[in-house]
Amino acid sequence: MLLRQARHSNLLSSIRALLDERGLIDQVPPQPREHLEWSRVLSERHAQAVHREIVLIRKALEKEGVPIILLKGAAYVMAKLPFAQGRLFSDIDIMVPKTNINAVEAALMLHGWATTGIDAYDQRYYRTWMHELPPMQHIKRLTVIDVHHAILPETACVHPDPEKLRAAAHTLDGYSGLKVFAPADMVLHSAVHLFHEGELHNGLRDLVDIDSLLRHFSTLPSFWPRLVERAKELELTRSLYYALRYTAQILHTPIPSEAMEAARIGRPGRLTLALMDALFSRALMPDHPSCSDWLTGTARWMLYIRANWLRMPPLLLARHLLHKAFISPKHK
Amino acid sequence: MLYADYPLAEQDGFADFHVSLAPPRDLRRWFRPQVQFRFDGYSPFKPLPLDQAFPMFEWGLNWCVSNHANRYLIIHAAVVEKGGYAAILPAPPGSGKSTLCAALVNRGWRLLSDELALIRISDGKLVPIPRPVSLKNASIDIIRNYEPSAVLGRMVADTMKGTVAHMKAPANSVARASEAVRAAWVIFPKYKANAAACLEALPQSRAFMRVAENAFNYSLLGVKGFEALAGLIDVSLCYDFTYSKLDEAIETFAALKPPTP
Repeated sequence: MLLRQARHSNLLSSIRALLDERGLIDQVPPQPREHLEWSRVLSERHAQAVHREIVLIRKALEKEGVPIILLKGAAYVMAKLPFAQGRLFSDIDIMVPKTNINAVEAALMLHGWATTGIDAYDQRYYRTWMHELPPMQHIKRLTVIDVHHAILPETACVHPDPEKLRAAAHTLDGYSGLKVFAPADMVLHSAVHLFHEGELHNGLRDLVDIDSLLRHFSTLPSFWPRLVERAKELELTRSLYYALRYTAQILHTPIPSEAMEAARIGRPGRLTLALMDALFSRALMPDHPSCSDWLTGTARWMLYIRANWLRMPPLLLARHLLHKAFISPKHK
Repeated sequence: MLYADYPLAEQDGFADFHVSLAPPRDLRRWFRPQVQFRFDGYSPFKPLPLDQAFPMFEWGLNWCVSNHANRYLIIHAAVVEKGGYAAILPAPPGSGKSTLCAALVNRGWRLLSDELALIRISDGKLVPIPRPVSLKNASIDIIRNYEPSAVLGRMVADTMKGTVAHMKAPANSVARASEAVRAAWVIFPKYKANAAACLEALPQSRAFMRVAENAFNYSLLGVKGFEALAGLIDVSLCYDFTYSKLDEAIETFAALKPPTP
């Protein structure tokens, strides 16, 4: 059952990596171990492909001279964070300054990435309102890159300043021109991504990311006070509060009580919190029948609505949904 | 009928794949009902007409194995064994691979698989997954006439591969499902009307590339895939084989000499 839930949550090879690290893999009975070994091949190949892809992206953007910040999965792998071993993801996300975004897109297109399969309305949706270009796929390798200029849409109600994030970013050892977010920012981005996200089938994996980041960085001096301070600067106290609350509740992440106390500035009203507890306690479980009750579907659906709500002001949202429902061509 | 010789899984025992076949819950169940293959709740394929449930089960199981079992180099090929030596018959659909495989296993060869050659990365041996042999169109009658005692499942018409019927795997092959074998021959069969049986030696380099084309996870395995395939070609004799009459084909196979080490 663990294998089945883990496979659905995209965590099978993460579990295998964890067993490897603790030297416990030999104690797994042969039949389930076989499945874990199958996943090893996938994650080794994945790690190799990610490195290669990032090298190629850097090469494509070399002439532009823009600072490239790797986000999420790609950042964890390249920063050699221990939990990144075995973590599977499909796209590579990067962030570049908004002023360079056209040049970056042009350079990527020259090197074989192209926007595919979206109509004029979607183009406008991404380019006018969102914080990223439409996903670009490489025509030969079929790899997908998401180019961001901020971590939340322009139309969202909070606006973490990308300049502040960029200023604090660290250069990767051995890769000039490639950066990753500073530790606190990495946690906050992971949190904002999860708690503003509408489709949570990878919810548990993303929560495990936050848990692992917190455990990993908690040894840094003044990490916890800095984290809360930074959340205030970037207007992300709400996401941070949820992140700490649910990692502690679901994954028993050790969080110092002072940090938890300080993060309470991001706590919503009591009713909202009760509702969020009900929704996230369901949606953050593996997307597998054994982890669902009769409200799980509803919870996922309500979080989807909530994510769109956070993304756009009400009138724009109404317009977007109307367009999606009646005007956009139906495909798939 | 086709699975009568297999042991049943223990209640609450470990299972590699949890699959189900059920009609999707939509309005179509009232007219022209369909069937959906699910792998632990996830549907990799579009639903098919209810009549095609059994072939869909077989294809679904092949999908499960070829998409997950990465400790093996997996090749789209039939595998049969005699005297401790395995013959691998890789081929695109329509080349008569399954027909030839069905004939061989009715003439003393052991069935390892008619669809998936699993080459264990650790030692290069072939691991059996004996399951019913999928026969298509004219092959169904050919095998019926060739071996009247062969047990064939119900014919299912109008599938994406035409008319399909499955032949029961020999009980002996099923009983020996845990015995892995060393590879000896890689033979690319080709059915050609009225041709005399003809076995032609194939350069190893050509054979390598053609097997790679028929592999499911060659590129996923990276270096390991290359090494496993190179190891296989190294220990095997490689041939192109053209035939039209099954009796001649059986004779040719009976005369195969194992490679000298």
